[in-house]
Amino acid sequence: MQNWIDAYSWINIRFLLQGLEITILISVISVVLSFIFGSVLGIIRYAKIPYFSRIIGFIIDVIRNLPLLLIIFFTYFGLPAFGFKPDTIPAAILAMTVFESMMIAEIIRSGILAVDIGQMEASRAMGMKMGQAMWHVVLPQAYKKMIPALVSQFISLIKDTSLATIIVVPELMQHGQVVYGQNPNYIIPVFVAMAIMYFVVCYALSLLSKVIDRRMA
Amino acid sequence: MKRFKYLSLIITSLLLVLTLAGCGTQPLSSQNVLENDKKSNTITWGVKADQKLIGLIDVKDGQEKGFEIDLAKAITKKVLGKNGNAKFVTVTSQSRIPLLKNGNIDAIIATMSILPDRKKVIDFSDSYFDAGQSILVKKNSSIKSVKDLNGKTVTSAVGSNSVDNIQKIAPKARVLQLPDFAQALTALKSGQGDAMTTDNVILAGLAVENPDYKLVGGTFTTEPYGIGINKGQPDFRNAINKGLAEVIKDGTYNKLIMKWFGNVPGFDYKEVLRK
Amino acid sequence: MIKLLVDNWSAFISGFGWTVLSSLLALFFSLIIGSLFAILEVMPSKVARVIGNVYVEVFRNIPLLVITMFFYLVITLYVVKINGFTAGTIGLTIYTSAFIAETVRSGINSVDVGQMEAARAQGMTFWQAMQNVVLPQAFKLVIPPLGNQFINLVKNSSVLAFVAGFDLMYQGNAIASTTFETVNTYVVVGLFYLVITLPISYYMQHLERKLA
Repeated sequence: MQNWIDAYSWINIRFLLQGLEITILISVISVVLSFIFGSVLGIIRYAKIPYFSRIIGFIIDVIRNLPLLLIIFFTYFGLPAFGFKPDTIPAAILAMTVFESMMIAEIIRSGILAVDIGQMEASRAMGMKMGQAMWHVVLPQAYKKMIPALVSQFISLIKDTSLATIIVVPELMQHGQVVYGQNPNYIIPVFVAMAIMYFVVCYALSLLSKVIDRRMA
Repeated sequence: MKRFKYLSLIITSLLLVLTLAGCGTQPLSSQNVLENDKKSNTITWGVKADQKLIGLIDVKDGQEKGFEIDLAKAITKKVLGKNGNAKFVTVTSQSRIPLLKNGNIDAIIATMSILPDRKKVIDFSDSYFDAGQSILVKKNSSIKSVKDLNGKTVTSAVGSNSVDNIQKIAPKARVLQLPDFAQALTALKSGQGDAMTTDNVILAGLAVENPDYKLVGGTFTTEPYGIGINKGQPDFRNAINKGLAEVIKDGTYNKLIMKWFGNVPGFDYKEVLRK
Repeated sequence: MIKLLVDNWSAFISGFGWTVLSSLLALFFSLIIGSLFAILEVMPSKVARVIGNVYVEVFRNIPLLVITMFFYLVITLYVVKINGFTAGTIGLTIYTSAFIAETVRSGINSVDVGQMEAARAQGMTFWQAMQNVVLPQAFKLVIPPLGNQFINLVKNSSVLAFVAGFDLMYQGNAIASTTFETVNTYVVVGLFYLVITLPISYYMQHLERKLA
């Protein structure tokens, strides 16, 4: 029991919360970036530009089908060979962005596909260009349909940042390891605290997505 | 036919990936680390983040603290002068050598033993700590020395050379590797293992909070720690060695040993003092 | 890189084997557990629904790594001696079962409510109706998403490396820390993962196109 009380001293909890802050920071920046890149990649793949779309599509498939841990290793250990030496946090953001962009690209592509083809044709028939029709007619509807999928992707991104502890990114998981590094008897209490913190953030988001979903319906 | 096209596309791309990766392993352009560090007045050290007494982030202020941290600061001052800065990057046993080779850090001071295998890829300074492998067991355990480990389960952490040593000395011991040393100890306490093994200092740090456990059998290997430095940096290596020698000579070294290891039960700090 | 592959062939292959085994075991058990909790979530009893809901929401919203390490420590501390592979596979199963429960539940929900009522009206019990009428249709609907779940499983099984689970990633880490050829090792590891995941992924895309 004493272990639990000591483990949950304000100083330790504050340190965990500081880790949570970094976790959220990495997640938010990565999700914004991957939303942008993912949209572009998804549209390219959808557009079926000869060869180019195929190659992009293949790259998307390869990265999507690798464990995120590997992507993290590649960005942190592999990139410096090309002259780019990211710190741990930028490396984590980069890895998350690369991985999530590919996931979001797939969501976007299938979102666009789910919008009735007739609408695209109708807009084109009314004299709109491909890009205009995409921007004004297809994408707004596609994004609306994709909101639940995008939010759940964001949630998995938050959870996935925990893997970045392998390269000592100062996020929640790593801060947890430091807290129980002081005293191995804190391990279980620390894991419980971390689980609660992750849960609160992720569950709040999933509730939010349900509310949005209901409003839009 | 269509399927065949896909297959060829996949194979070509895989080959492309292989070639690219092959390009990726060119050696770093040889810069003079010492000159760079003098210009920036900073040495970047790779240190441990979660090892009590050695390198542990203080949850109060987020600063790294421990014997290796203090030693790195002292050496930095000798190399760069009184106003020299020591910058710390936290590493793991897994990430430290890639980070050094990639140039993210200038030197590794993270419980790394001077081993022939490692000497093939990096250089070492003179040793700065007389570490050796030991075992930690419950106080009433029947295990008295490393030989008693045959047929028993020993816990340790992923990516440390302790595992290889055990497999040589007690080939019948089953080794269970966990993500970090704190978890290896927890596994031992839970009955997952009969003993835990790694370097004596690390075990000492863990034993501080767990008085029911003790180190037994002394050290059964001699694996002094050295500061890891990239190959082809003789100037930097000499400067570090000179700094280390001065730190030992003026008594700072022994003061640091006393400060961090003076009060650890089951650990005889006098054995590691330097004259 | 070829030399790296040849020198460490047996380690890579054994890692590959453990990864596949762990993924298959986790898929099998998470299908069973996931389906059970999905049924709990749609049962008439409120208690059952709450239990189902709590299980799904808790394990969907906590990182797999936390779940895996937590169960490894807690089970060995208080229940029974297990090794990293077992612990990792248990963590993987629990985590995945929450997602499968969600998938199966939405499959059940998308089966016309009228069918359940009709079956009950004909005198079937809830379980009979579930088993004979609703579930067979629901499973048909959820097969494509389950394929993606399996890909996720294979990728996620890399957390076994954190608990010394002998899997591909673990072997990769071990090889990288003895050969110091970090990037090359991980490229090889990546190719091994792709050997499993890419074909499934393409097959899934093929299926989707066929169904569309």
